[in-house]
Amino acid sequence: MSAIIFPVGAVSAIGLLCAVMLTVVSKLMSVSEDERVTELRDILPGANCGACGYAGCDGYAAALVSDGAKTNLCVPGSDAVSRQISDLLGVQFEDVIERIAVCHCGGTSAAVERKMEYDGIMSCAAAKTLYGGAGACQYGCIGYGDCEKVCPNGAVCIDDGVARINPRRCTGCGLCAKACPNGIISTLPDYVSTVIKCSSRDKGADVRKKCKSGCIACMRCVRECPKEAISVINNLAVIDYAKCGGCGHCAEVCVSGCVKIANYAGAFNKSK
Amino acid sequence: MIKLVSILMAAALVNNYVLRQFLGICPFLGVSKDLKSATGMSVAVIFVMCLATAVTWCIQTYLLVPRGMEYLQTVVFILVIAALVQLVEIALKKNIPALYRALGVYLPLITTNCAVLGVTIANLDKGYGFAESVVNAFGSGLGFFLAMVIFSGVRSQTENSEPPKPFEGLPLTLISASILSLSFFGFNGIVENLFG
Repeated sequence: MSAIIFPVGAVSAIGLLCAVMLTVVSKLMSVSEDERVTELRDILPGANCGACGYAGCDGYAAALVSDGAKTNLCVPGSDAVSRQISDLLGVQFEDVIERIAVCHCGGTSAAVERKMEYDGIMSCAAAKTLYGGAGACQYGCIGYGDCEKVCPNGAVCIDDGVARINPRRCTGCGLCAKACPNGIISTLPDYVSTVIKCSSRDKGADVRKKCKSGCIACMRCVRECPKEAISVINNLAVIDYAKCGGCGHCAEVCVSGCVKIANYAGAFNKSK
Repeated sequence: MIKLVSILMAAALVNNYVLRQFLGICPFLGVSKDLKSATGMSVAVIFVMCLATAVTWCIQTYLLVPRGMEYLQTVVFILVIAALVQLVEIALKKNIPALYRALGVYLPLITTNCAVLGVTIANLDKGYGFAESVVNAFGSGLGFFLAMVIFSGVRSQTENSEPPKPFEGLPLTLISASILSLSFFGFNGIVENLFG
């Protein structure tokens, strides 16, 4: 009889011991979690894109409660999420500045020269390690769609060798900007009315040889801009959107057509 | 000392748990998609293996053997390992939340990892003492780490490749795992020759 009772007792005792130990430890070491953090975490879209500046949605939710982070930082969630957050925390609603990703390259297959035939792994990161990709311009879009692969909303597509971003689908999370090995995608506020579709820092004459639609740093837009919002830095025109009045004159005078008129207002997240 | 080193080498390379004894295949295939999670999982496994071995060795030697209850080994070990992992999880959550978040779901997954149970039982089958057992556990964990890191590298390559349609995904993963396993057979006899 004891041959049964003792082993059963021993296993039960070990089990009980473990249970008691776990209960005691979990009580001793319980981490008090603010309920609002979990609720906020449910409100946030869960893209973990980092556009808010915190480490994912968890980090932002924690920062909202403990550090008093601003409620309008979630770009993919837009106004709807900001409103829910401010309701939950009982603070003033703040408008989210919607952002839209823009690819700063206009090097379509017709415009840009090719320096080789690339037959390797179809990824921009891989192609970049091989003489900077097949295109003659080392700054431009490589065109194998690393950005397309990471986009959670299907807003990016590679068309004619260049990444194109559909502003109606883009939520401004900026994952494509992080994925691009050349760093030519940036997220701009949706009120911008002109964008530079070139990232080349080559001298004008070199750009001419490589790409028909590149910025040749001719300074024409700089001179013509009524608000003096454009400057040329490292052979590339840069628009200061704080000064830009949105007249679109720069796009009209641009010789190579790399300054484009953009109209993103109201486009943000429209298809959702 | 030399014996401990040879045990470490043998556990990590020659008797690699994943690639030679085919234990712990589930995390090996499931968590090896990228290097970061593979490393996190492996570090957690190393830690739990050492801890579990230390505790189970004591239980076996001082409780089960004197009472003649060796047949309870499997049940008791599973119980103890599961409780240990839970304990570690609670302690980590309290004290090192960054590591807790990094390990994430992998820590509770180890509760039912057969490599952990395998290493604790293998230690006793081989008649190792306490120090040898812990070194063997550490070596086995190191071998797991090695297999995971190498395989995550292999997988990042195969995922960018364009295999024929029928081989896409899991089939290609399994084939590359078997080739990696074959390559580990090259370590046969290395310990005997080095320390023999």
